[in-house]
Amino acid sequence: MAERNMIEAVHDAIQEEMRRDPSIIIMGEDVGEGGVFRATEGLQKEFGEDRVMDTPLAEAAIVGVALGASLNGIRPIAEIQFADFIHPAFDQIVSEVARLHYRSNGTWTCPVTIRTPYGAGIHGGPYHSQSIEAFYAHVPGLKVVCVATPYDAKGLLKSAIRDPNPVMVLEHKKAYRLFKQEIPEDDYTIPIGVAEVRREGTDISLITYGMMTHHSLKAAEAIEKEDGTSVEVIDLRSVKPWDKERVLESVKKTGKVLVVYEDNITGGFGAEVSATIAEEGFDYLDAPIMRVASPDVPIAPYAGVLEEYILPNPEKIAEGIRKLAAY
Amino acid sequence: MARGRVVTSEKIDTVGLSEDQLLDIYYKMKLGRAMGERQRLLQRMGKGSITYSCEGHEGVQVGMAAAMTPGKDWLFPYYRDTAFVLALGMSPRDVLMSFFARGGDINSGGKNMPSHFSSVPLRIVSEGAPVATQVPHAVGAALAAKIRGLDEVAVTTFGDGGSSPGDVHESMNFAGVHKCPVIFLCEFNYFAISVASRKQMAVENVAIRAAGYGFPGVTVDGNDVLAMYRAAKEAVERARAGEGATFIEAKTYRLVPHSSDDDDKRYRTAEALEAATKNEPIARFAETLRKLGALDDSKDEEITARVKSEVDDATEWAETEPNPTPEEALRHVYVEEK
Repeated sequence: MAERNMIEAVHDAIQEEMRRDPSIIIMGEDVGEGGVFRATEGLQKEFGEDRVMDTPLAEAAIVGVALGASLNGIRPIAEIQFADFIHPAFDQIVSEVARLHYRSNGTWTCPVTIRTPYGAGIHGGPYHSQSIEAFYAHVPGLKVVCVATPYDAKGLLKSAIRDPNPVMVLEHKKAYRLFKQEIPEDDYTIPIGVAEVRREGTDISLITYGMMTHHSLKAAEAIEKEDGTSVEVIDLRSVKPWDKERVLESVKKTGKVLVVYEDNITGGFGAEVSATIAEEGFDYLDAPIMRVASPDVPIAPYAGVLEEYILPNPEKIAEGIRKLAAY
Repeated sequence: MARGRVVTSEKIDTVGLSEDQLLDIYYKMKLGRAMGERQRLLQRMGKGSITYSCEGHEGVQVGMAAAMTPGKDWLFPYYRDTAFVLALGMSPRDVLMSFFARGGDINSGGKNMPSHFSSVPLRIVSEGAPVATQVPHAVGAALAAKIRGLDEVAVTTFGDGGSSPGDVHESMNFAGVHKCPVIFLCEFNYFAISVASRKQMAVENVAIRAAGYGFPGVTVDGNDVLAMYRAAKEAVERARAGEGATFIEAKTYRLVPHSSDDDDKRYRTAEALEAATKNEPIARFAETLRKLGALDDSKDEEITARVKSEVDDATEWAETEPNPTPEEALRHVYVEEK
C-alpha cells in the first residue's frame, strides 16, 4: 500500500499503464512539462516527446487527432487542461468519437481516453469550475466516469485506458489534493459503472458523485449525531453507465431519496437519476424525490462569497436531508 | 496495377505511368461517373432517399488514389468521393449496398447515409456529416504512423466550403508542428452547396494557406488527371520521406447538384455549367489517351461496356439484398463483448 493524494494516483495510473503498454501516449497542453496540476510530472523524461506529447492549444484537434491515432495502433489519452475548455471539442467528441463505432456498424473502434479536471470550489471563476458530465452522459457511445478519491481515480483511469470504447474521465479538481489515501501499489482496476456505498444507512438514500460525495458524507454524519437520521450515501462513480440496480436496491430499503449534484439543477445528471427512480422505484417511495444542486447560474462566480452562496455544501445538504426526513 | 510498356510522347508527360496504368485510371474515372449517374437515376425512381455523387471530380479523386497504396495508406474521405473509393478498390456492389442501406453494407450496415464511405481493409475511415470533422483524424493516423516508424500516408479530402471550419485549421497547424505524413486534398469545385467560393474565402487559391502552417501548398488543375497524379505522387513521396504534410488544392467543377435534394439552377447558370462541362476530366483524358495512341473507339467502347456491366450487376445485386433487421438499430453503440 502507498499513501497517495488523487493527483498522485492519476499520475501513477498513467505511468503504470504507459509502462505496461508501449502503444499508450498522452497528449495535450503542457503535458510535457508536467501539466498545470502535475499529473504528468516526469513522464516525458521517462517516455519521450512522442509518448508525452505537447500539442498546439486547440482542443478539437487534440480529440480529433487522438481519434485518428487510435485507429492506427496507438492508444491515446487526450488531456483537456480544464473541463471548461472542452467545449470546442464537443463536435469531435459527440459527432465523431462517440459515433464512429456505431456508424461503421461496429467495424471501427476508437479506444480514446479523454481525461479532464472538472468542478468548482477552488475559486476558479466561471471558466475553471464547470461540471460537464450531463452533456456527455447524454451521448450514446461514450462512457463517463466522475472520480473524487485517489483509489477510484487510479482504478477507474486504468479501466478507462484499457476499455475498447471511448471513455471520459472527469477528475474533480478540488479533490486532487484534498486528502491522502492508502491505495494498493499493485495493479488494480475498478469496473466502470459500479457505484460504491460510502456509508450504509436505513432512513434515506443519498445518491451523489464527485466532490459532493465528500460533502454528503459530512452532512450525513452530522445529521446522524444531531437527529438520529440514518443516511445511506451512494457514490455513483460513473454517470454513463450508472449503477441503477444498486440505487434502486437502496431506495427499496429506505423509501426516501435525496439526489445531490454540483451542476446546475436543470437538466443535471441527478435529474436523470430522479426520473429513473420515479419510474422504476415508485412503489418503494414514501416521499417525493428531492434534489440539492446548484441554482441555474453560471458555475461559478469568482468571489469566494458568491461561489459559496451557489454551490451545495455540507450545510445545504444537511438541510435537504432534514426536509426529506420530516416528510 | 500491372506494368506494361511505358507510353512516351513528345508533348504529353505521362508521369511514368504505363499504358495499362493509364487505361486503368481512365476506367476508374468512367466507373465513378457511371456510379454517380446510376445512383441519381435510382433516387429519381424512388429507390433511395438521397444521393451525393462525384461527377466532375473524377480526375482529382482517381489521380490522387493512383498515387496511394490501397490498404496501406489511409483515406479520410468526404461524401463526394465515390470515384476515389472505387479507385482504391471498393466494389460497385459495396457502394450501392450503401445507397440501398442494406444490412450487408460494409460501409455502415445501413446506419450512415449513402456515400459516407468506410472499409477497414482498404483503410477508408467512416465519415460523419459535419463538414471537415474527418480532417484531424487523418492527422492522427499520420501521427501514429510517424510514432510507429511506418511509412504510411494519410489523405483527407474536403471541398472549398470544407476549407473554412476550424477543424481544418487546427489540423493543418498540428500537422505542421508535428510534421505528420498527411495530405490535405481540397476538391475545389467553386460551390459549398449554393455559396460561391468567393464568399467562402478572400483568396483565389486556398493552397496558399499551407505556408502559414509551415508546409507546401500546391494548386493543380484537377480536371487534368495526369497533373493531379503528379502533384499527388510528389506529396506522397514527401510524406513517405518524412518531410511532412502537403496541401493540394485541385480545381475542378461539380457537374451535378450538391445532392439529389439540391436544385443547382437557383445558384448557377446553364452557361457556366456548359462551359465547365467542356473542360470535364474524362473527355479531356480520353483525348490525351487518343493522342498517345492508347485509346481508340473500340477500346473506349469496351471500357464503357465493362463499366455498364459492373454497374448493372451491382444494381441488381444490391437492390435484392435484404434490409438490416430492425433490432440492428440497437447494436454496436459500444464494442460488443465476445
